[in-house]
Amino acid sequence: MKIFSRYTPLQIAIHVYAWSGLLLLVFKLVTGNLSANPIQDIERSTGRHAIVLLILSLMCTPVAAIFKWNEPLKRRRTLGLYAFLYVCLHLIIFIDLDYGLAWDLIVQNVIEKPRIVVGLLAFLLMLPLAITSFDIWKVRLGKNWKRLHWLVYLVAPLAVLHFIWSKKGDVLRLQGEVLQPLIYGLIVAIFLILRIPPIKRAIASFSLRGMFTRKKETQSPKQAGLKDPAQ
Amino acid sequence: MSHLFKSVPIRSYEITPKDVYLSRRDFIRAAGVAAGSAVLAACAPSEGDDVQEIIPDPTSNATDELGDPVNAYNDITNYNNYYEFSTNKEAVAPLSENFTTAPWTVEVGGLVTTPRTFGIEDILKLFPQEERIYRLRCVEAWSMVIPWNGFPLKSLLEMVQPTSDAKYVRFETVYRPEEMKGQGSPFYDWPYQEGLRIDEAMNDLTILATGIYGETILPQNGAPIRLVVPWKYGFKSIKSIVKIELVGENDRPATLWSTAAPNEYGFYANVNPNVDHPRWSQASERRIGELNRRPTLPFNGYGEQVASLYEGMDLSLHY
Repeated sequence: MKIFSRYTPLQIAIHVYAWSGLLLLVFKLVTGNLSANPIQDIERSTGRHAIVLLILSLMCTPVAAIFKWNEPLKRRRTLGLYAFLYVCLHLIIFIDLDYGLAWDLIVQNVIEKPRIVVGLLAFLLMLPLAITSFDIWKVRLGKNWKRLHWLVYLVAPLAVLHFIWSKKGDVLRLQGEVLQPLIYGLIVAIFLILRIPPIKRAIASFSLRGMFTRKKETQSPKQAGLKDPAQ
Repeated sequence: MSHLFKSVPIRSYEITPKDVYLSRRDFIRAAGVAAGSAVLAACAPSEGDDVQEIIPDPTSNATDELGDPVNAYNDITNYNNYYEFSTNKEAVAPLSENFTTAPWTVEVGGLVTTPRTFGIEDILKLFPQEERIYRLRCVEAWSMVIPWNGFPLKSLLEMVQPTSDAKYVRFETVYRPEEMKGQGSPFYDWPYQEGLRIDEAMNDLTILATGIYGETILPQNGAPIRLVVPWKYGFKSIKSIVKIELVGENDRPATLWSTAAPNEYGFYANVNPNVDHPRWSQASERRIGELNRRPTLPFNGYGEQVASLYEGMDLSLHY
């Protein structure tokens, strides 16, 4: 039971969730429970998991700010790396299983198809983030580490655009298969908006003050926020 | 042209007896079920010879004229694009299970001399059903080979006698949101409608299908009657038709997908590896049941029969 005391419930939940997607996919593949087009199934499924994990990693900062709970900030790396794992699987499946290493067709796709360009760009931008995710890089890069990792706010919209463009329809005119990509897009947009400095500050000062901070105020007034009229 | 129809008089289920349809795995599974029910039957009160019919998963030795085998019945009936039921291809079959296909009428009118409403039973009686083994190429870059049972659209149109003003044929799917939950979605211009130019409609390849593998067509495949235009992307082959209308030069039918995204889906939608969808390539496709992609053929391999319809047209403009 030592394992359970070493890991927090949030950590366990993240690892279980991240691996369950892959295990379920392998299980379906082995038992023949994928559709008649299994390659497309696993291609889409790994892509969807990557986006969900990426969104969860974006969620950590606002959740930590709103609930005054620091742990999610420590889990961003795990979530981001899991997202990167699924992105790599997605890319390998596209190149190998789907296109059977037919480089002429793949290159043609990369050159001509904005959907592929955007997806590849998202992957390339994630690459330095994954490489510099180790503590040693955090120390070595200092202030620049944080700047570099802001790239995730570019990666996420690109990933959603890649998803939108893989569906039939026209998202700008709200015609066709647009509901699912719109939901993902909306979630990412909300998390981006929450990172705009004035909004960020507003959250830091007003978040759930009525519910939690009143009690804490007496103990440590600093936690109550920047502009506390009580002071 | 004649080589295409060599297989027409023989139906695939006549070539291959039903017990051979069963693949080895299914045979074993079926045998297991039979053995199991025999054991159960021993305990249960005898109910005469009430033998449960085993639903076949037919695979046939039949091929299309290019020598490619027809797809398994199970794949054809469980991997369906039918947004009226669901955008999930595997969910369509269970969701459409109880779809009402009788009574059913098809209203044929517009610019015709003798407009007429056909009951589905009249259609089956009036037009001899033949088998056509066609490739179906979806715009999503997958394809199947399907043994349809049906009859040329031409025979039906000749019966109502289009006037000389009739230039296009408009088709409409049934609108029944209470049975087709997908029709509640605001993101599509329901009911589904499609169209053909009159010469495309009169082409011998164009059929109305009422069966697959010699079995009555199932709801997920467009029961009780659907269009099949093998040289065009699958979305042109409209399902569960209730209305066929002949219209004039200035009334070219609006189609659901060209309404949704006009820069992506044109009126013609001929299978063409050289005219890409703006966001994904149409140069290759995956045949369901195969692992490797194969190159997509111009007009889905039916160029010999239909390329002349588009002579002098710039197909990259008329996509």
